[in-house]
Amino acid sequence: MTSIGTGYDLSNSVFSPDGRNFQVEYAVKAVENGGTAIGIRCKDGVVLAVEKIITSKLLKPGANKRIATVDRHVGIVSAGLVPDGRHFVSRARDEASSWRGTYKGPIPTSALANRLGGYVQAYTLYSSVRPFGVTSIVGGWDSEADLPVDGQVGSGPESGAGGKVKDAQAGGPGLYMIEPSGLYWGYYGAATGKGRQAAKAELEKLDLTSGNLSLADGVKEAARIIYVAHEDSKDKEFELEMSWISSLDGPTKGRHEEVPKDIREEAEKFARRVLEGEDEDEEDKGQAEGEQMEE
Amino acid sequence: MNHFPEAWGRPRDDVYGAYNSSYLQTSGPKTHTSSPAVTGTSVIGVKFNGGVVLATDNLASYGSLARFTDVKRLRSFGDKAVVGFGGDVSDMQYIDRLLESIDIRENYSTHGNMLNAKNLHTYLAKVFYKRRSEFNPLWNHVLVAGFDGEGEPFLSSADLLGTTFSAPHLATGFGAHLAVPILRRVFPDEKPIEEISRDQAVAALKDCLKVLFYRDARSLDKYSIAVITKEGIDLKENEQLEGQSWAFAERIKGYGAQTN
Amino acid sequence: MTSLLDHSRGETVGYSFSQSTAAPVRQHGFYPYTDNGGSTLGITGSDFAILAGDTRSTSGYNINSRMVPKVFKIGGEDETGEGAHIILSVVGFAADGNALKERLDAVVKMYKYQHGKSMSVSACAQRLSTILYGKRFFPYYVHAILAGLDEEGKGALYSYDPVGSYEREQCRAAGAAASLIMPFLDNQVNFKNQYIPGSGEGHALEQKKAEPLPQETVKQLVRDAFTSAVERHIEVGDHLQVMIITSNGIEEVFHPLKKD
Repeated sequence: MTSIGTGYDLSNSVFSPDGRNFQVEYAVKAVENGGTAIGIRCKDGVVLAVEKIITSKLLKPGANKRIATVDRHVGIVSAGLVPDGRHFVSRARDEASSWRGTYKGPIPTSALANRLGGYVQAYTLYSSVRPFGVTSIVGGWDSEADLPVDGQVGSGPESGAGGKVKDAQAGGPGLYMIEPSGLYWGYYGAATGKGRQAAKAELEKLDLTSGNLSLADGVKEAARIIYVAHEDSKDKEFELEMSWISSLDGPTKGRHEEVPKDIREEAEKFARRVLEGEDEDEEDKGQAEGEQMEE
Repeated sequence: MNHFPEAWGRPRDDVYGAYNSSYLQTSGPKTHTSSPAVTGTSVIGVKFNGGVVLATDNLASYGSLARFTDVKRLRSFGDKAVVGFGGDVSDMQYIDRLLESIDIRENYSTHGNMLNAKNLHTYLAKVFYKRRSEFNPLWNHVLVAGFDGEGEPFLSSADLLGTTFSAPHLATGFGAHLAVPILRRVFPDEKPIEEISRDQAVAALKDCLKVLFYRDARSLDKYSIAVITKEGIDLKENEQLEGQSWAFAERIKGYGAQTN
Repeated sequence: MTSLLDHSRGETVGYSFSQSTAAPVRQHGFYPYTDNGGSTLGITGSDFAILAGDTRSTSGYNINSRMVPKVFKIGGEDETGEGAHIILSVVGFAADGNALKERLDAVVKMYKYQHGKSMSVSACAQRLSTILYGKRFFPYYVHAILAGLDEEGKGALYSYDPVGSYEREQCRAAGAAASLIMPFLDNQVNFKNQYIPGSGEGHALEQKKAEPLPQETVKQLVRDAFTSAVERHIEVGDHLQVMIITSNGIEEVFHPLKKD
């Protein structure tokens, strides 16, 4: 960062001569210090997980949630400045609710990500504001069923014009990650925060592109990845928070919910077991993860 | 062509007579609903030992026209309560969306301190009362069923004026005349709801729906019924009235069986 | 075409769009009130005040419910009204009655939170008048009666018209059967038309002087008043709710009334 001190890093909305917005890059730095957050897009649902570093023994375990519900079918987890994340979630809720007001149905995850991307991007344009200090992962399940319009009273024709199309496939899982620049992509697996390098390496090993990972396995893997990503800051205690959204015939019936305690604890047990196993044969394997994961 | 551009392309008065613009209400008073348009008829409900049953038929009438015949007038709120709507269907849809948005907001937090049926009824009554006070009523009469804060079965009514009342069995609209006497005979006031079984309550409501179908001209033999217990809501929306007997019609002139 | 060209601006063009499209001002088809029937009654004694009301709620000839109380504790600490020292009865349009009760309850609670002491009954009485008058041009359609103990510990009773005119009285009946109960009260509480036997002939006959009655007598008067009202008024019946306020607090009892 040779340009630091040249003055181009002081204001938002001002480019440096080599075409960078330093305020945005500093916001990314804030994100890189945050607890690791990941999302996995499985074939029958989406898992969100976050590593919550315990900053004080006086904090009540399980309280102070970091994953938020935005609409019935969407959840958001962020890494970075927590208050920025909360404001971001609040905006997401307004967008989801306004969508319902207009279209009388749930917002598609992609549309929500798009609107939020636009919102975050606007905070890179003006000198009077600073960019969001968070990278957020938006996970959702767009209903695969023929969804009723909110407040709909009838069922419509059984067949013919306006009738139902048999076995029409629609909807499915959605996973997006929005960065402080407003940039967002859809992902099979997304990771951000302090342990993102390790997490991304683990996500790539899962072969998510083939679409074979089940939600139940996804929960276990998510727990394991957060545990793996925590290895570098082992001295600090942490808490794992996980949420999921399943298909309509799955455990959450298309809703975004916290992963039930027993399933989460089972996943954590699995994560610890795998980790301990790895520790034993780590000596001869050597360092596997390199910097090449970073784009 | 003349130099009144606003006149171009319009029928000439000297040829066609003055245009009747009375339907174009560009000014005049701000209008609110002064009568309902598409309406649902009775809602009936009974408490029983461990829960509440609620029923409506699936008809939405436009005046005397049976306009929509698959209308779901029982609306569940989360998995805690059911609201049965009588009256204007578009106002019902508005309220349904309102309750939907409340349900979504309630679920933002995970600790799930959900509104119970009693809370919901209080809220709805206040919405009705506020709108009637603005002379812009929501033209409905609803029954709210579920459980109160103590976990006791709850059944209460609210209408477009904000009037509220509660009783072990209730009926709105035509049902207030036809269903209540039947329910009172089956479940006298002295009979505690602990002595009423779920099956009895369901059977009684089906009887009432049948009588309503016989005598309420704006009713239908397709109905919805919801049973709310601690286990959750059992909502059936596509039921058919069984065991109708039109034998009485044989003896009534004009029903068709007579030859002269 | 020539006829059109003859027109100049400012003149009335023979087209419909220059006509006024304003509709005549229409009356609202919505009437925001209803009468829910029932009656209330309040009587004071030297160290107590009693407020009573039946619990029937009606709409026209329909009975909505047999258990809708009309007498409320005001300014209590929780939903049960524990700790209250003022009671209010409302009869007329029940939705307005409820709204009024909730507003007064909030006012009395706020008074205590802000001033660290309970509101006196006389202050509350004046405040209630202000609340009612505040809606002078869209009134709360209710007859309210407020009761408590005054600064000297004597029973205090205030009665109101719908727009806030009020006075302190010994006794007052309100609601559907007010015209039946009030003359009875005049005779039995204020001893109207009762004379001291043998005190004289004709105009010299001396009026029996009214004095505060003992609690037991008053309780019996209240029950008699209602059993009689039930006989003659269809909107009164089901249960009698009685609240007695003394220096020991508020006692609430329910008695059965005829349900026909």
